[in-house]
Amino acid sequence: MIAALTTPYVAWWALVPLITFAVAGFLLLTVASLVRRLPAVLAPAWTAVAGLGVLLYLVPMWSRVGRDGADSFLAGTVGVDRSSIFVTGILAVAVIAAALISRDYLPREDLPGVELYVLLLMSAAGGVVMASANDLIVLFLGLEILSIAVYVLAALHLRRIESQEAALKYFLLGAFSSAFLLYGIALVYGATGSTNMVRISAFLAQNVLVDDAMLLAGLGLLLVGLGFKVAVVPFHAWTPDVYQGAPTPVVAWMAAGVKAAGFAALMRVFVLTLGTYVSDWRPAFQVIAAATVLAGAVVAVVQTDVKRMLAYSSIVHAGFILVGLQAATDRGNSSVLAYLAVYAFLTVGSFAVVTVVSGTGDASHGLDAYRGMGRRHPALAGVFTVLLLGQAGIPFTGGFVVKLGVLAAAVDGGAYWLAGVAMLAAAVAAFVYLRLLVAMYLEEVPSGTETSGAVPLGALVVAVASAVIVLVVGLVPGPLLDLARDAVPVLVAG
Amino acid sequence: MYLNQFLLLSAALFAIGVYGVLARRNGVLVLMSIELILNAVNINLVAFAAFGNQLAGEVFALFVIAVAAAEVGVGLAMILLLYRNRKSIDLTQIDLMRG
Repeated sequence: MIAALTTPYVAWWALVPLITFAVAGFLLLTVASLVRRLPAVLAPAWTAVAGLGVLLYLVPMWSRVGRDGADSFLAGTVGVDRSSIFVTGILAVAVIAAALISRDYLPREDLPGVELYVLLLMSAAGGVVMASANDLIVLFLGLEILSIAVYVLAALHLRRIESQEAALKYFLLGAFSSAFLLYGIALVYGATGSTNMVRISAFLAQNVLVDDAMLLAGLGLLLVGLGFKVAVVPFHAWTPDVYQGAPTPVVAWMAAGVKAAGFAALMRVFVLTLGTYVSDWRPAFQVIAAATVLAGAVVAVVQTDVKRMLAYSSIVHAGFILVGLQAATDRGNSSVLAYLAVYAFLTVGSFAVVTVVSGTGDASHGLDAYRGMGRRHPALAGVFTVLLLGQAGIPFTGGFVVKLGVLAAAVDGGAYWLAGVAMLAAAVAAFVYLRLLVAMYLEEVPSGTETSGAVPLGALVVAVASAVIVLVVGLVPGPLLDLARDAVPVLVAG
Repeated sequence: MYLNQFLLLSAALFAIGVYGVLARRNGVLVLMSIELILNAVNINLVAFAAFGNQLAGEVFALFVIAVAAAEVGVGLAMILLLYRNRKSIDLTQIDLMRG
């Protein structure tokens, strides 16, 4: 006799984004290995369509969660709430952008055409898992699916030894930080008796631990592990090297997608799960946020390589996001989500421009390559100007709106000094963007640089669309802020 | 047997692993040190599960083993790639990029 096996409840409608990314990746891999000569446009188009499909599907999903409330399924290990939908949307945008930038990048560099897109889709699937994890095991699995794909992506440029060095550095530090994260999860599991986030937070709300040393140690290790992934000081040392060495479209994904998933995980683990211990982790977050914005801004100023400059600027942005996150309030969370969204557009747009300027070989990233760009490529320079002003947080750009959001959240929570430090750092960092603008418009084209030809379509579309969105959000911030305000992260018991 | 003993063993393995990652110059040895940390985690998980009469920790340990295998696969491939290009896996020689 066959006994009936009770299977856990699965909300398939909420798994569609994850399944879309994963199946699209597997299908692309299978088809590419069976068909000898695939049209070059198929893989990027396929990836972009998958991203677009997910993005469109998120609309009914968003209203369904708004109507029925957040849900949790698969025995309470995976949840769906509006914050996870929001982050999934950011990931989908980053996937589309990275695919469009890569469309012209791979033929230019004479690299094989399919692997990048497969790995991109896989790592996006991992990011979706991270953003909707309700269990530390699931969170870890999502993180690894995301990271392992990105390690390989970073090594993808076969003929640039910098790419391989960057990948090995990223891999070793990434694996090291994953190990820390795991040790932290193990200690939290030992202290609370569960890996389920809902049960952990319920346990901590109902019990007072007589000896919470193990929990605090686990908490610290979790912070180290996730801090590496989102690149905050003092766990940021890999960022400039990896950004400089990795293929530029991959860097766009790393900066936009991986960071969004990492901060989503930080929010779920610290703000939601360990919210009862906020008074223990908030000082650490504040110190790290202050150190991150300051160190990132100061070191960015002395860089001569534009990719390194943008790497340090991404560190400054991570610090700003942490400024919003440490508030641990609804307002803080929504400011973090809005920041992640605008930052994704700023960064994919910027790296699209960098991809174009870098020229064949992905090598010219010095300031020289940007000198006189205002005359050689007025349109591209104009778009880059908007994106850089957005990164600097100049009023009437999206960057200003979201910076204001995180600072307001910090001031709301009484962290005046942190808001002051962040503003100071923003002023220092503005110098970096200004220097690039000066190089583009006021300096002469150095003799000997060839004037590069037409701008490839994919990168141009990404850059222009990002710049337009950044401007629109700056002028009409309401819709995005409303979306972010409604994207409340919640943990629901399964 | 007390839980303490397992936790101490695991902490010792963790410390050795961290030391190995920081002090070793050979890429493969660094990879092995990372494995050591992951196995320290596994000891912790299994010990907590055994003393708490649960399954979650043991299941988690299985996941960790699987993920560690995937990670090592990627890591060894990268080290091999680097070795082909420069005939060395000395990590201190990875210094093309400076800022």
